[in-house]
Amino acid sequence: MTVMKEILSTGPTKAFLSILMGFFVGALFMIVSSEDVGEAWQAGGLMDAAQAALMTVAEGYGALFRGSIFNARADDLVTAMRPLTETLRLAGPLIAAGLGISLGFRVGLFNIGGNGQMVFGILWATWISTRVEMPIILHMVVAVIVAILGAALWGALVGFLKARTGAHEVILTIMLNYVAISLFTWFIRSPDLLQAEQAGGTPKAEAPALTAQLPQLFPGSYSLHLGFVLAILATFAYWWLMERSTIGYRFRMVGHNPHAARTAGISVERTYIWAMGTSAAFVGVAGANQALGTQVGYTETIHANIGFDGITVALLGGGNALGILFAGLLFGAFKAGGPQMQVIGVSHEVLDIVQGAIVLFIAAPPLVRAIFRLPAMSSTPTLDRLRARLGRKDTAS
Amino acid sequence: MKLELQGMTKRFGSVVANDDISIVFEPGKIHSLLGENGAGKSTLMNLLYGLYQPDEGRILLDGEEVSFSGPSDAMAAGIGMVHQHFMLVPVFSVAENVVLGNEPTNLLGVLDLATARQRVKEISARFGFNIDPDALIEDLPVGMQQRVEIVKALARDAQVLILDEPTAVLTPQETDELMEIMRQLAGEGTSIVFITHKLREVKAVADVVTVIRGGKVIDSVSPETDVAKLASLMVGRDVDLTVSKAEAKPGAPVLQIRNLVVVDDRQQRVVDGVSLDVHAGEVLCIAGVEGNGQTALAETLLGLRSVQGGTITLSGQDITHSRVKDVLEAGVGYVPEDRKKDGLVGDFTIEENFMLDGSYSKPYVNGLSIDFESRHEHSQDLIEQFDVRTPSSTTLAKKLSGGNQQKVVVARELSRNLKLFVAAQPTRGVDVGSIEFIHESIIKTRDAGIPVLIISTELDEVYGLADRIAVMYRGKVVGIVPPTISREDMGQMMAGIIPAAVAA
Repeated sequence: MTVMKEILSTGPTKAFLSILMGFFVGALFMIVSSEDVGEAWQAGGLMDAAQAALMTVAEGYGALFRGSIFNARADDLVTAMRPLTETLRLAGPLIAAGLGISLGFRVGLFNIGGNGQMVFGILWATWISTRVEMPIILHMVVAVIVAILGAALWGALVGFLKARTGAHEVILTIMLNYVAISLFTWFIRSPDLLQAEQAGGTPKAEAPALTAQLPQLFPGSYSLHLGFVLAILATFAYWWLMERSTIGYRFRMVGHNPHAARTAGISVERTYIWAMGTSAAFVGVAGANQALGTQVGYTETIHANIGFDGITVALLGGGNALGILFAGLLFGAFKAGGPQMQVIGVSHEVLDIVQGAIVLFIAAPPLVRAIFRLPAMSSTPTLDRLRARLGRKDTAS
Repeated sequence: MKLELQGMTKRFGSVVANDDISIVFEPGKIHSLLGENGAGKSTLMNLLYGLYQPDEGRILLDGEEVSFSGPSDAMAAGIGMVHQHFMLVPVFSVAENVVLGNEPTNLLGVLDLATARQRVKEISARFGFNIDPDALIEDLPVGMQQRVEIVKALARDAQVLILDEPTAVLTPQETDELMEIMRQLAGEGTSIVFITHKLREVKAVADVVTVIRGGKVIDSVSPETDVAKLASLMVGRDVDLTVSKAEAKPGAPVLQIRNLVVVDDRQQRVVDGVSLDVHAGEVLCIAGVEGNGQTALAETLLGLRSVQGGTITLSGQDITHSRVKDVLEAGVGYVPEDRKKDGLVGDFTIEENFMLDGSYSKPYVNGLSIDFESRHEHSQDLIEQFDVRTPSSTTLAKKLSGGNQQKVVVARELSRNLKLFVAAQPTRGVDVGSIEFIHESIIKTRDAGIPVLIISTELDEVYGLADRIAVMYRGKVVGIVPPTISREDMGQMMAGIIPAAVAA
């Protein structure tokens, strides 16, 4: 678990540099895959090719900016602002899931069952939102709570199995992903359960009742809804829980040193159950975003792989609430801006590459060390020597 | 090979880590560098090993001046170093580690593991190391790993072997074995540089002792110098190694253990029918060779192990099957044997470590949230009261020296409202100054009327602290004796024999 610890201790500087490097790698791919650059090379040689390369990258990332933050080419300000609201809308679930996964990391648990947990929560939330009638507001509140509790339950089950049998949470969460998703598929395939009336033979759930939908925050063409506010609230909750509360303190204690925690009278097993449950509860907020933030029916892919994207967000976020918020916003912007890039002929997979490269730059050094179980950089002779040459005082001993 | 250091000086900014140090290491001698943590021993060795460059001074090998720009130069010149933290690749085999960085290859440039294995076997046989060249490092106990480090140095024909705090990670038995190896190596003509702050080991094995304090050579003395003198040279003031204490005024029995039986994972009876009373206002020490059930007994008291038979009562309250949390809340203070593993969270600050077993109540907690202000104040008090040497209360525990880490643990446990204080190996790996302080704290606790149970394998400590000594052997209490018993009789009891003087 020290690997996770190390990855999660990523500071803002390192995160920023990783992002910069990620964009650089993405730029390289854009240049390599661009036809313009190749043609310019053949026609006019190096200088022309370089110019074309610069243009390609500028246009590509320019499109990303237009698609995710501000569209200067729009006719009016309302339309020009739309990309930003889209970024926020798409960032909501990423932030929430990132918080959940990150919480797990800090307790020493690798929760890769976000998708399953979301879907299990969504299953019951769908029941509430499509099969139960309730007054406005209350309906939505109940649906959100059920989505969170459902996910938490699915997560706590992992903690329980781990505590009881010693099974590893990675295996458990992967397997329970299949169970939850198949279960949901079965529910939305069965007309007696959750299948939409007009769905025919295909598995599909109905759109949530109007009373259960997360309301739009702004009138008009913006589709940003209350889910983003939930994600912000979750961010505060995460911060308070992990940094200020005794529960979070005990979570962290178990994460850092379960032996010491046990000696200090803490039930490590019970902590695993609570921590997995809490981790999944945050992921459940992402589930509520997905299932209640839509006005159309959906299938089992409603999880949109956010459980896994949350891992990326958590890694870039470095374990702290603010970091996760920013990481979620960044990746939300990628999601929002992708289509605009496609419009100008840059494949939006470039963004996946950028995203992957960022995480790689953050996670690779500790991972390589972990595979060979090498000592941390802070204590290798080479580094000591380097520090000594630089005349740093802190190595004096 | 004769190694000479002349006027070695190393500065880090305004800090002078080594100040004009001159020492001669003779071949075939075990030369001990004695000094407290931070005295500058490690810096000096890093200069010698080419990890640092000296600002002034010369290194002479057999009278010829040399300079090393890195460890590879030092190794080539015949200097080998065994670091405190091993430089081994855990997933590689012994043979692979030994040749790492200096791999024998065949004509095609492929690693010649057979030669590597052979080399390990030769060295291993010559010194009776008993190392399997194919074993993976991560499967070996710490003492064995250290031998691999030594073999690694010897495989490169080291004439000077530097051992940096080699016993810090070893059990007493492993320490004895290491000393035997050191003598053997010295017997073959290797110069051994033995860096330590443990006086007992210096006396046991060194031929020459050089004391370093504040980056300077204080004196070179013979190991026959008495311990108090060595300690005062090292610390820079007179150190009271004998624990000064008044006569105990024992009161009623507070902790009562009756016929306690504890079974381990392999169904061995690690605690086998132990009955003990610890009275208010006394120190009961449990002596014995490591691994005779003392640790299991302490862990069982705290509720970390489940009890097979017998009872434990604390002031009449049955805690035989209580959970750790309840035992702690019942007023048991506990200093675990392995503080880094069980007593501290290295990545937590000192403040966070102070509240380790106090995360449910005041003064650290207010409702569900941590009371940061109160915690800070309380921590400041404890740091001052227990003389924890640290830049601040928010320093990470892992950055502290062993002695200061232990003071944090002791401070935490003693600051609670206690009915019983249990400490296992309270001064293991702790410098002399801190030992003195911790012993004083323990006696103060006793004098406050709290029963104290100490588990220690250090006989000096046992004799110094105990009002009564219970000797354990193979899970049983062989006998309970006063601290006036002779060391010979004590030794016999620790081997399970009841001497005539005690039996009578």
